[in-house]
Amino acid sequence: MELVCPAGSLPALKAAVDQGANAVYLGFKDSTNARQFAGLNFDDRRAAEGIDYAHARGARVFCAINTYPQPAGWANWTRAVDRAADLGIDALILADMGLLDYAARRHPDLPRHLSVQGSATSYEALRFYHNHFGIRRAVLPRVLSISQVRDVASHSPVELEVFAFGSLCIMAEGRCYLSSYLTDESPNTRGACSPAKDVRWQETPQGLEARLNGVLIDRFADGEPAGYPTLCKGRFEVEGSVYHAIEEPTSLNTMDLLPELQALGIAAIKIEGRQRSPAYVGQVTSAWRMAIDRLMQNPGQYATDAAWAATLASLSEGGQTTLGAYHRKWK
Amino acid sequence: MLQLSLGPILWFWGKQDVLSFYAEAADWPVDLIYLGETVCSRRREMKLDDWLGLGRELQQCGKQVLLSSQTLIESEADLRGLRKLCSNGEFVVEANDQAALQLVTEAKLPFVTGPALTLYNTATLRILIRQGLQRWSLPVELGRQTLADMLAELRADGLDTPCEVFSWGFLPLAWSSRCFTARHYNLPKDNCQFVCKQHPDGMALRSREAQEVFRLNGISTLSGARYDLLREVPEMQRMGVSVLRLSPEHQGMAAVVARFDQARRGELPPADPLALVEAPPCNGYWYGEPGRVQVRRQDVS
Repeated sequence: MELVCPAGSLPALKAAVDQGANAVYLGFKDSTNARQFAGLNFDDRRAAEGIDYAHARGARVFCAINTYPQPAGWANWTRAVDRAADLGIDALILADMGLLDYAARRHPDLPRHLSVQGSATSYEALRFYHNHFGIRRAVLPRVLSISQVRDVASHSPVELEVFAFGSLCIMAEGRCYLSSYLTDESPNTRGACSPAKDVRWQETPQGLEARLNGVLIDRFADGEPAGYPTLCKGRFEVEGSVYHAIEEPTSLNTMDLLPELQALGIAAIKIEGRQRSPAYVGQVTSAWRMAIDRLMQNPGQYATDAAWAATLASLSEGGQTTLGAYHRKWK
Repeated sequence: MLQLSLGPILWFWGKQDVLSFYAEAADWPVDLIYLGETVCSRRREMKLDDWLGLGRELQQCGKQVLLSSQTLIESEADLRGLRKLCSNGEFVVEANDQAALQLVTEAKLPFVTGPALTLYNTATLRILIRQGLQRWSLPVELGRQTLADMLAELRADGLDTPCEVFSWGFLPLAWSSRCFTARHYNLPKDNCQFVCKQHPDGMALRSREAQEVFRLNGISTLSGARYDLLREVPEMQRMGVSVLRLSPEHQGMAAVVARFDQARRGELPPADPLALVEAPPCNGYWYGEPGRVQVRRQDVS
């Protein structure tokens, strides 16, 4: 089972590799990837340095070019594919069908992974991407229960990577337009959700208010932990009650499911968080490295160590973790 | 002439309500009607055979009928339903995800695509056109600039596959495995008691300043305001858009269709700036703005 970790910067990449990641994934400094954050991501020189660092230590590097190009930007996206190929990346993580086709024709020997943004939730969808674009691996959206993952895994034409830890998108990825409805950026168009440029914090007599492009996403009482106002994790009013109507601020943590994921033949588990600090990436990678090693040494006897769980909980949004959609009751 | 379509009903209405809606729609000046359940597999009052029967009746009334596939496919049961839909043998399928694309292309069937499919560029369109794409829908978050670019590139390639634009109604913006209506009632999704049937046009989700932000409808989240491209109809006509999609609501739909029919004939009276509207519409996506924004025509160059 491969441990795939986020690299939003060269220090984060090194932290992940040092702590035992089998692979890291990164993106370029523009809207061609789904984590476009100011100050993050790689130019060609840093990418080359990162790839050298990882390869020298036996880790692979994937490049995410997983937003959806429109005609006006098409050449930037194809150039990103070519740049990644020239840099000697080990695999491309792509979502757009046109770009998958381009990569398959131009760089047939460079492995193509379907991004979670490709929104393939069934093995029939995976067959489509496999038949037409020769994908080798797919990352599953975070909307499937463990039994649904089992159905997909047992018929999948390609190896599967699943999200194991980090921020929880609860909408089918690649088809969520909530962010561009409130702001002018979405994951698909600009690689951003609830972009920081549109966030405003304001102390008011009613409490600390968090707005996204003017829309009140949440209001926190004194002493209440105030998380980033991701629009689906705010408190809203529905039919007279105010609550987290879409989702609580919480992180996905599937460490307890590791044996099941292994039994299903899942090829890789993915840690979310290219926007996180190198320290965070190092700590999370280390905890998952230990968990996977314990599982491999003694598959029948796996149990999550309390210390790893505590580490992960302390690094989680709102200090809370959930099994998310993997657990049927969550729905 | 520009055609009008009725998109699939996104809400959960009882079978009788569905049948009476389409009995009326048979007399409206719409050219195409999309039938089927696209949101939740648990909504089963209308079975495939019911949709097929309804489709035949509407076809006899001169409507072109298509069957829309479920947008988020999650389970083996969903796939079984999808296979039945795609092999119906009578009506062209509107593919709303890649599983549907797989089934129709494998069977070498002609197909159309709905707005939830991520067709953002001409390279993607060319691939699907080779596979039998008959008409495509612009993703809801894209606007006139990208549409114009895509249409121009298609024309340059000698391709004239018609394009449909979601032009009126609450915009479908996201799909989840979680049911937000059941969650509101503290019910598990597996035992939701079909509470969404009590909300034939969804539930408003408001900010704590009473601003309508989104609209919850089962596992789907829609825009808080209605998208309305009525005043943009002449522009779409000039650009070469083929079909305008109007999204069904249980009240006032005949009047909506009538206004768009007037607009496509160039007979729409000028907007009355003093007219009261019950809820402000939005058109931001069309102009490359945040979706919820309402751009006034006079502000547009």
